[in-house]
Amino acid sequence: MGVLGAATLSPFRLSAAAAKAGDKLPDLAKFGLEGTLPATAGKVVHLDFWASWCVPCKESFPVLEALHKEYGPKGYVLIGISMDEEKAEMDRFLKQNKVTFPIVRDAKEKAAFSLRPPGMPTSYFVAPDGVIHSVHPKFEGESTRKTYVGIIEELLAKLK
Amino acid sequence: MPPTRKSLSAAVLLAGVLLASGCKNVEPWQKRTLSDATMRGDRDPAGQGLADHMWFSREAANGGRGVGGGGCGCN
Repeated sequence: MGVLGAATLSPFRLSAAAAKAGDKLPDLAKFGLEGTLPATAGKVVHLDFWASWCVPCKESFPVLEALHKEYGPKGYVLIGISMDEEKAEMDRFLKQNKVTFPIVRDAKEKAAFSLRPPGMPTSYFVAPDGVIHSVHPKFEGESTRKTYVGIIEELLAKLK
Repeated sequence: MPPTRKSLSAAVLLAGVLLASGCKNVEPWQKRTLSDATMRGDRDPAGQGLADHMWFSREAANGGRGVGGGGCGCN
């Protein structure tokens, strides 16, 4: 069943079931994200939901930047999706935590209500065919980095 | 004049609507305020120590603080 197919009526907002492994990733362009989305067709995509107020998100940024630098030239696309309500807060965070991977802001929360990340941060790894490989809430330092590296290398191998 | 069944139903319905409008599901990505340091129950070690002492003395209760975080939905 598609991510949006299992929609349930919450008291105040129509929301989808949480995206899980095996679901097709929805078209990111339809969420009206602020910022420029990179080309993702046929690539290994890593979506990372984060916010400036989230301490583990801050700890994850150097690791994410290193992954982007190492695997970006090999067909890996990392997209940081900021859930900050205020753009100024996101900008201030990015000034202090400089990264080179693309950052977009889900100001209307459309992406979040579609995928429903279970915590902050949450990473989604998407195979080149657009199917979600796995969902990873939390960031727990080196163990998380190792998990991410294993997944990225496994998915990149499919490109060859 | 005593309230009729109809007016009573309307009052109950109105009260229900007003109460329901105060509810809000807070999603993990909406917990900016809850993640603030002031929302942490353990932000004041001295105060926590006094509270622990009081609970232990009066109720023989101790510990039970295994839950971390300030409700921000992070780790």
